[in-house]
Amino acid sequence: MTEPTTLSITTGLAERIRKHGAETYPHECCGALLGRDADSGGDRKGPREILDCLPLVNRREDSPNNRFSIAPMDVIEADRAAQARGMDLIGWYHSHPDHPAKPSEYDRNHAWPWFSYIIVSVRAGVPKEMTSWRLNDDRSEFSQETIEIYSKAVVQS
Amino acid sequence: MSVKVMIPTPLRPHAGGKAAAEFQAKTVAEALDHLTAQYVDLKRHLFTEEGALRSFVNVYVNGEDIRYLAQENTPTKDGDTINIIPSIAGGSVTRTATGNSLGKPLHS
Repeated sequence: MTEPTTLSITTGLAERIRKHGAETYPHECCGALLGRDADSGGDRKGPREILDCLPLVNRREDSPNNRFSIAPMDVIEADRAAQARGMDLIGWYHSHPDHPAKPSEYDRNHAWPWFSYIIVSVRAGVPKEMTSWRLNDDRSEFSQETIEIYSKAVVQS
Repeated sequence: MSVKVMIPTPLRPHAGGKAAAEFQAKTVAEALDHLTAQYVDLKRHLFTEEGALRSFVNVYVNGEDIRYLAQENTPTKDGDTINIIPSIAGGSVTRTATGNSLGKPLHS
């Protein structure tokens, strides 16, 4: 991947991901990112955008403090949930309890291309920095993508 | 008639944008060989450098996980559908404390 990619997310959804990381601390949380990709089709241009997120169960019961796993059946469910909302499954989030929001070698070895991987660092139970990454096509490393966090006005009737 | 291989979204950019490809194949291994011969860039995402299917790559024939069939030697016949379904894994450190869980396949 040559040029940095951008991922946009609302403050509300970013907060939900952070909260999930705090709730599962000291274990890793994980979930699916639903939204639209810049090349999803149509005339749409601009960054990949997250429009919803789906908390999932961390299936790594043997080592949940430094591992997460999302089973294939959960991946299929997340894909169906995205399609039901007219969205795409565009990536995944997980937390790093008491570790930086940087992908580990283990993250890289287990990553798929194209997906965005959001990592939130949770220190002593408090969510801290949040980053997003995409695996390079040659699997050699992750490239960090820019996260654009924006407020969405809520119209009250 | 042939065997249909469904390509998951993250791999489609490496498969000419296609969601499926069809091949004449008598086994899963043959079908995946054809797939990675046609779309060379898929190989490193599906297989390790040693040539084994990566632990987070799950392959199903007509909905059955090949781990419970004959792995990559699972026979295929005309009209079968092979699904490649990701599992997603990661974690904060490179090795677990016990160091024994790397790449362990998981089932729900």
